[in-house]
Amino acid sequence: MLQRRIPLLITFLTGVIIVITFFIPHPPFGKLQDDALVWYSIILGFSMLIGVDSLLRFHYRRIARREKGFGFSFVFYAGFLACFITGIISEIKFGDAFAEGTSFRYLYDYILVPLQSTMFALLAFFVASASYRAFRARNFIATLLLITAVIVMLGRIPIGAKIPGITPLTDWILNYLQLGPARGIRIGIALGAISMSLRLILGIERTYLS
Amino acid sequence: MIWEKLTKIDRRYIFLFIGIVVLLPIVFNLKVSVKISDEVLSAYKEIDNLPKGSAVMISIDYDAASMPELQPMLKAILRHCFKKELKVILINFWPLGVPIGAQGLEEVAREFNKTYGVDYINLGYRPGDVAVMLRMGIDIKKVFYTDLSGRPLDSLPIMNNIKNYDDIGILVGLEAGAMGDAWIQYVGTRFKQKIILGVTAVMAAEQYPYLQAGQIVGLIGGLKGAAEYETLVNIPGTGLVGMASQTYAHLTIIFFIIIGNISYFVLRRKGKKK
Repeated sequence: MLQRRIPLLITFLTGVIIVITFFIPHPPFGKLQDDALVWYSIILGFSMLIGVDSLLRFHYRRIARREKGFGFSFVFYAGFLACFITGIISEIKFGDAFAEGTSFRYLYDYILVPLQSTMFALLAFFVASASYRAFRARNFIATLLLITAVIVMLGRIPIGAKIPGITPLTDWILNYLQLGPARGIRIGIALGAISMSLRLILGIERTYLS
Repeated sequence: MIWEKLTKIDRRYIFLFIGIVVLLPIVFNLKVSVKISDEVLSAYKEIDNLPKGSAVMISIDYDAASMPELQPMLKAILRHCFKKELKVILINFWPLGVPIGAQGLEEVAREFNKTYGVDYINLGYRPGDVAVMLRMGIDIKKVFYTDLSGRPLDSLPIMNNIKNYDDIGILVGLEAGAMGDAWIQYVGTRFKQKIILGVTAVMAAEQYPYLQAGQIVGLIGGLKGAAEYETLVNIPGTGLVGMASQTYAHLTIIFFIIIGNISYFVLRRKGKKK
């Protein structure tokens, strides 16, 4: 019983305090907010440790059960250990793992950065291929999408400015046509977040306890 | 037969064309001129109108994946700030963006002979996202006791007259994720901090509601935005070079879309006749 009630009570009190201090940042609430934010940072630090623990266990299970693609879990362990060990050594030796000349920085500059850049750069190729296949004027809506995409694509490059009407049309699409739905989606997300927060604070939503 | 082939072009050919048109402008260092958009001009003017010695806080919220789009923005903004003799405070909310931000800052600071700790500072990364943002509204030194290299903030002259957002002229968020929303929702709304966002091209459209509502005072979107800012600062950089690649890549994609649609209609007409 207490196992459920105590977390619910902590959630309720924390939620209420944070909401009050956000709107009334004056004494005594201001100090409370400051303390709560420090606590948040500390808890976040520990949650990272839990995340690492969870990831290590997940890949250990995959290897132990010889699940499909378990070889990639070895790659994960190799990467994790390489970063962890070089990170600790670099931090002790240089006082900053990212300092120039450290082994950790070497891994960052010559493995991580090229890998991240490559992954993102590949998008250009896939977007081109997908656009060629997907933008077909099969019906009225598809045609509208196709025309809008081509106008915006032209409007986002210098040559578009030389074609009469493209720049104002692109600006109109960005400033008006897409703005209404974009704002609607954002308001919808915000309302959803508020209702979910209220459910959590009031103890209606309890799935996080399981 | 030819139309059928054109409807189903092997994607490797598309990849090859895209590869060539992206690579050639970079190899030959081709630059294109860009038309300045209102949102980038507004960002430029806001920084330009700051009094000499004002502080500009730049948040590096990206990593290597978004570096080609956002790093030229960072450098162009830094050049503008240093030209105008503004103080620069760099912070990071993406831990993997720390070296990238530091690299850009040091490079541009060297160009302008600026002194660390006097003209600019790099505060590094602190975990906690929104908590860090909110606590900086009370006192920056309570969150960042030291700078990136471990020097106490009190020992650096740049921080003598800077306590919280009240002392920051403009906050520039360079975003590849959701931190921009947090800056607006928590810092812009609560502390009335003027904010400029520099975002990747795919995120740009989502930021227009903030711009129209006045929640941000400027928007620099994608490589085009970076190229526009470089043009305004009058120091061409990788943004303008990249813009040439982007121009030819867009034209290639449009070309393939047109080819695909023409062949699609020809085949559909033939099908109807049969």
